[in-house]
Amino acid sequence: MATTQVLRSEWTKIRSVASTVWTLSLALVVTVALGMLISALSNNEFDNMSERDRLDFDPTFISFAGMSLGQLAMIVFGVLVVSNEYSTGMIRVSLAAVPRRGTFLFSKIAVATGLALAVGLATSFLTFFLGQAMLGDHRASIGDPGVLRAVFGGGLYMMLIAMFSMGIAAMLRSPMLSLGILMPFFFLVSNILGNVSATEKVGRYLPDQAGSAILQVVTPIDDDRPYGPWGGLGIMALWVIAAVVGGYLTLRKRDA
Amino acid sequence: MIELSGLTKRYGDKVAVNNLSFTVRPGIVTGFLGPNGAGKSTTMRMVLGLDHPTAGDVRIDGRHYEELKDPLTYIGALLEAKAWHGGRSAYNHLLCLAQSNGIPAGRVREVLETVGLTAVARKKTKGFSMGMGQRLGIAAALLGDPRILMFDEPVNGLDPEGIHWIRTLMKSLAAQGRTVFVSSHLMSEMALTADHLVVIGQGRLLADTSMADFIARNSRAYVRVRSPQREQLLDVLRAEGVTPVEADDGALEIDGGTSAQIGELAARHRIVLHELSTQQASLEEAFMRLTAESVEYHAHTGQTPAPPPQPQPQPQQAWGEGWRRS
Repeated sequence: MATTQVLRSEWTKIRSVASTVWTLSLALVVTVALGMLISALSNNEFDNMSERDRLDFDPTFISFAGMSLGQLAMIVFGVLVVSNEYSTGMIRVSLAAVPRRGTFLFSKIAVATGLALAVGLATSFLTFFLGQAMLGDHRASIGDPGVLRAVFGGGLYMMLIAMFSMGIAAMLRSPMLSLGILMPFFFLVSNILGNVSATEKVGRYLPDQAGSAILQVVTPIDDDRPYGPWGGLGIMALWVIAAVVGGYLTLRKRDA
Repeated sequence: MIELSGLTKRYGDKVAVNNLSFTVRPGIVTGFLGPNGAGKSTTMRMVLGLDHPTAGDVRIDGRHYEELKDPLTYIGALLEAKAWHGGRSAYNHLLCLAQSNGIPAGRVREVLETVGLTAVARKKTKGFSMGMGQRLGIAAALLGDPRILMFDEPVNGLDPEGIHWIRTLMKSLAAQGRTVFVSSHLMSEMALTADHLVVIGQGRLLADTSMADFIARNSRAYVRVRSPQREQLLDVLRAEGVTPVEADDGALEIDGGTSAQIGELAARHRIVLHELSTQQASLEEAFMRLTAESVEYHAHTGQTPAPPPQPQPQPQQAWGEGWRRS
C-alpha cells in the first residue's frame, strides 16, 4: 500500500467535512481578534504600569494573548479529525481500506498536522502584525532579536497542540470524552498548576506551559525556568510524541 | 475464496465465536445464517482484520487481510447500515476510499450509477434514508471491483423494491464467478438467495451444507388429520404401526404416509374425517430447531418453546412450498 495513496485519501477526508473549516477559521479569528484587543488595552495601560512591569513588557508575547483561547479551537480540530472516525463508524470502512493501522493513523496525523501548521503560521503572523499595529509606540518589529523565532514558534505551538489532541483522541476514541478532558485541562487546570506557587515547579512541564516559552521574547525578571524557548517547545514535543505513540498502540491493539 | 480455520473470539470469559472452520467458495452465494448474537458480525469483522481473533486464522485467497495490497480490490464488504461521516457527500466518501486503494476516480461515478445514487452524489449523507445508506454501503463494497463480496444483513430495513434489487445483485455477482458471502438471521431470505448455507449458533458451526441438501433433509412433509372419532382413529393408526403426533388443536400429524393412504385407511374403518391435508414444515422451523439450543436471547412470553419434533400448524401456503414449485 503506497503511503501517498493514503495521504491523498486522508486529504480528501479532511477537506470534505465542514468541521475542518470552522474549527481552523475559529482558531485564527479568535486568536487574532483577542490578540488585537489585548494589545490595544496594553497600549493604553502602559503609562499606568509599574517600573517592573515596564521592564517585563513583551509586545510580541502580548500580541499572542489570544492564543490561549484560540488553541481551544485547534484542540477541537485535532480531536474531531481522529474521533470522527469512531463516532461515525467510518473507522471500520477506513481500516478495511487501509489495514496497516500505523499507515492509517500516521497518514491522518501527517495531513492534519500539515494543515494545522499552515493555519497556525498564518494565525501567528497575522496576530503579530495586527497586534503590533495596536501597540502603537510600544510595538516590536519582526526584525528585533528573537521576534521572528517567537512568531514562527507560534505556528509550531498551534501545530503541536493539534497533534497532542489527535494522539489523545486516538487513545480515548470518543469526541466528547477527549474534549471533556482536553478543554478544561488547557483552559483551566494547566494555567492553575503553572501559576500557583505550590505546583509551579511541576506545572511548568505541562505541554502548553512549556511550549509557550517559544512565544516570549523578553524573559521575565524573576524567571527561574530551567529551559529556554526551544527547550520548552522540545518538552511540548515530547508530550506530543507520547500522546501519538499512545494513540498508535491503542489503535494497533484494540478491535475496531 | 475465504477460509476460516479454528477461528475463535473471546470477550473476557464469553465466547463469541467458537472454533469456526469453513470455506466460502467462488461462483455461488453462501448464506451465513444464525440467530441474533450468534457471532456473524464478529466473524465478518475478523475476516476483514478489524477484530483480532483470540485463536485461529482467516485467509483471503490464501493470504491474511493485512497482507493484501489495496484490499478493496480483493474483497468488498458491507458491514453495517451506517459507517460514514454524515457531513461528507456520497461522492467524497467513495472518493477517499478509492484514493486509499489507488482506484481511479472514474470508478466512483460508475458505482454511484450502479447503485442508483448519481442524483444525490453531491449531497451530504446525513439526509440519506436507510435504503440510500444501504446502497452507498454496497457502492463502497463494489468500488474495487473485487472478486469477493461480503454483506452483513444487507436487506435489513429495506423496502421490498430494495430487497429485490439486492437479491438480484448478489445472484448476478455470484454468476460472474465471484465469491458472495451474505449473513442473515432470516432463513426465508437465505432460501431465496443462497446456494450454500453455513449456520452458526452461539459462535459454533451448526451446519455447512448446500441449500438443496438442507431443504431435502429439513423440510418434513406430513399428513394432518382431524376427526370427531379421534380415539378410534388413533387406535387404527397404531394398529398399522403408525405413531401420530398430537397437535395442540386436537388434530393428528402423521409422518411417512400419503393423504391417500390415510384417507383409505379411515374409510375402511368407517371413520369420519373433518380434515385431511398434506403439510410441509417450513425451513424457518428447521432453522429454529437447529438453533433452538443455541439461541442466546429467548423471548420470555411465559410460554416455553415447543419441543423440537412437534411442528406448529402451518398456514396452507407456507413459503417453503412456493420455493419448491419455482
